[in-house]
Parts: sequence; structure tokens; C-alpha cells
Amino acid sequence: MTHFSAFSLLKNALGGHKNWDKQWPDSEPKSEYDVIIVGAGGHGLGAAYYLAKEHGITNVAVIEKGWLGGGNTGRNTTIIRSNYLYDESAGLFDHALDLWQNLSRELNYNIMYSNRGVMMLAHNVHDVQSFKRHIHANRLNGVDNQWLTKEEAKEYCPPLNISPDARYPVMGAALQKRAGTARHDAVAWGYARQAAMRGVDIIQNCPVTAIRRGPDGVVEGVETARGFIKAKKVAVSAAGHTSVLMDSAGIRMPLESYPLQALVSEPVKPIFPCVVMSNTVHAYISQSDKGELVIGSGTDQYTSYSQRGGLPLIEHTVAAICEVFPIFNRMRMLRKWGGIVDVTPDRSAILGKTPAKGLYVNCGWGTGGFKATPGAAHVLAWTVAKDEPHKLNAPFTLERFRTGRLIDEAAAAAVAH
Amino acid sequence: MLLIHCPYCDETLPEPEFAYAGEAHIDRPADPQQLSDEEWRDFLFIRTNAKGPHYERWRHINGCARFFNAVRDTVSDKFLTTYKAGEARPDLAKLLEGQK
Repeated sequence: MTHFSAFSLLKNALGGHKNWDKQWPDSEPKSEYDVIIVGAGGHGLGAAYYLAKEHGITNVAVIEKGWLGGGNTGRNTTIIRSNYLYDESAGLFDHALDLWQNLSRELNYNIMYSNRGVMMLAHNVHDVQSFKRHIHANRLNGVDNQWLTKEEAKEYCPPLNISPDARYPVMGAALQKRAGTARHDAVAWGYARQAAMRGVDIIQNCPVTAIRRGPDGVVEGVETARGFIKAKKVAVSAAGHTSVLMDSAGIRMPLESYPLQALVSEPVKPIFPCVVMSNTVHAYISQSDKGELVIGSGTDQYTSYSQRGGLPLIEHTVAAICEVFPIFNRMRMLRKWGGIVDVTPDRSAILGKTPAKGLYVNCGWGTGGFKATPGAAHVLAWTVAKDEPHKLNAPFTLERFRTGRLIDEAAAAAVAH
Repeated sequence: MLLIHCPYCDETLPEPEFAYAGEAHIDRPADPQQLSDEEWRDFLFIRTNAKGPHYERWRHINGCARFFNAVRDTVSDKFLTTYKAGEARPDLAKLLEGQK
């Protein structure tokens, strides 16, 4: 496969861009693998890449019901940050943030990681106190996060309205400078290309219908639309459909699947330099490199698998954006879409072993899975390869819902995160 | 937008009148002292998360404010029926028959 460089770009430009290699082959399934990963999103493809690169396991298939990166990887608002309150979350998300910094070079693929900063607005005394507490907790964990006065916030993000007459006046902000955005599709493509280069089979348009366990409870493989495929180990990384698959293996999950919607405006000239989130007014916004404003908020209120969601939530989201940024109140929106996110009761992921030997699960990322992509993929590969969790994902067990040792980011963030 | 029939008001109204209230027919434990950790986990955290017909609770929060139950297909988001709280689970086969 071509190594991407300025030289290869120049060479292909001279050839009219007609001679580029295929970036990865569309594989047919073999009858048996060492490891099968269900779900070819960023997390699943990344895990396949790290299995091959760091653990030397290359007899791996990533099986996807639709097209590669077509689930939540291609449907999120691309925000990356790690300023979480609890030690467990800060450790895992900051590990991901570390990997993001150099990912383009590592994958030889421009994922367009831009550490433009993520700013969280404080609109009332409670916000101010809560964000300052987050900042102190983050500092103790070595996670970058700082407090800005409203004037400093305005300087960092000029479109911000800091007038005391605003309906939700800005009292200050927490800024994580190392945070930012990345090109979500490129993350899936970059991992897919590197994994395929190392011998991983990427099998698209092949729904996994069930996980098969033997009489002793050990995983034997997966039933798919193209027949049974044997595997020594199976890792489920299927977001909103995780509980359906795990049910087929006889394991009931503490998950509920909700639609999470996002929308983009028509493209405009660069106006918005960073990511701004307002938990209180409840929306977040950034500008993509194409010029669209990328906007999102929380999930719909009801569980669903429809990948659509309802218009009342879009109205709420756009109303919130117009409250915080009145300058955008005449922007036209281009399109909106939904993805199905799997939400746990404590709003933290489940990443680790399961009661079935040889079956691993990476799920429950809820509304915030994209930012974790390289970190989750890295520790999932570790967990599968060594049959024991990495120290960073050790607290994120399925078992915690029995013991009560929850990682309660739901209470810490007070909104979907 | 979802249009939801409130069985108390006997009116079909838009979604913003209602609040979703999770899976229906989850009984509180009769004798909480006797529950094992596994049973507490199942009661508190494990949900069916059905892909297809789902028994769920809604509340007519901006109307009569009463809780009621519904059966909704989570793939199409279409309501199969709604019924008053305390009524028995409707027979799914009959409901699906009625849809044809």
C-alpha cells in the first residue's frame, strides 16, 4: 500500500490522481479467526490495529453490518476533551487525548486533529463552583484545564456575547487548550488502512446476528448473514446494538439505546475558533474545516433504534445556540441526523471481560465515545490480547453494577457528556 | 414528531406534552431485605432495551400529569397502543395482528 507523503501526492497529481491504490481490501470472511471484533467503527478498527501492532495478533476480523465508520463514528460532532471529574474517567480519557496528539503521524493518515481548545461556559454560581472544582480535580490528575474570566473567554472566542444583559450571562469558562476536534471519518479510515496493512480482514455489509457459546459457556464464534465464523475470542464494540448482541450470548446488559442527534449549518467563512459547550443552556458548537457550524446537545428522551430522533430536540438545541450566540440566529441549517448511543446508568463506559470466557465488551460510551477512540481501542486490544484489563480500564467493569462501585459521571457532569 | 395518545385524557397529542419514564412493568421488590446483590443489580440497572415492541412508561407531564404505559416499536418509533397504569400487559401477538 502507498505510503502517503508530499512526494506520493505530487506523483499522483502528475498522473491525474488515477493511480492511487485501494486503501484497504474488502475482505471475504474466512472460516476461523483468533479474534473477531464486531463493529467497524473507530473503536473496533482501532482495537484491530493495536492488536496487530502491539500484540502481534493479526488473524483478526472486524465485522460490520453496514459500511465502515458508518455508525456513530461518522455521526458524532467530533469533539475531543478529557476534563472529567473522576480519577478513573480522567485516566482513560487523558490516555486517549495523549494518543490523539500524534495519531496522524502514527497512522500516516491526516486525521486533521486540531487542538483548538474546548471551552465550557459557566452561566451561574453553581456552574462557576462546579467548573472550578473540576479544574482543581483535573490539576491533581495532571489533566490540562484552566479557568477563564468572562473577558478572557471573549478574547479566546470573539463571537461570545458576554453582555450582562444576555438571558444566560456568561460568568466565566473552563478551557481545556489541549482538547479540540478531529475529522471523524478519517479516524476510521486511518485505522482501517493500517490494520488491513498488517493482515486484518475488514468485512463490511455482514450483520452479526448472534454470538455462539459452547456447552461450557466458552465463546465459539459468531453467526452472521454469511454463515457461522469460528473465533477463539470475540470483542463486541457495537455501540447502540451491544445489548441486542449480548442478549444472544445470554448476558443482559445495563444499557439503554437512545437517539443522539446533531446538525450542521450551511458552510460559512471561518468565524468560530474553538469548541464551546454550555451545559446549562445545553448545546455545543464548533466550526468544521469545511465551514459548517457543527451543533449538538443531548439525547432524545425515549429509547430507540431508529437513527432519526425527533424534531422537538432539534428545536431545543437550536434555541439554546441562539440564546448563547445570537449572531447565529439567521444561519440556515443544512441537515440533521441521528446515531444510536448506548447509555449506562452511571454514564461511564463498560470496557473489559464478561461472564463468558473469550467474550469482551466495549460499550456504554453514551454520548461521548468519539473522544475516547484511540484510548478505548488501545486498552480493548490489551484486554483481549492478555485476557486481563489494562490498569486504565480495570475500573470500567460490568461487575460494578453488582458491587455498586459506580463511576458516576452522570452526577459529575449533570448532563449527557 | 411522536404523537402520543393519553389514555386518561383520551386525546392524541404531540411529544412535548409528555415525558418518557423508562421501561414499564418493573415491580419494586416485595421484600427488599431479602434481595441478593444480583437481584438488586437486575432491579436497578438491567433493562430489556428491546429492539422492536417495547413496554414503556410515559407521563402526560404538560397535561393531566398522570403516568400511563405504552407499547412502542423502537425500530419505527410507532406506538402500538397506550393503556392506563395498573392494567395488565397487553398481548403482543394481538397488537401486532391489529397492525397488519
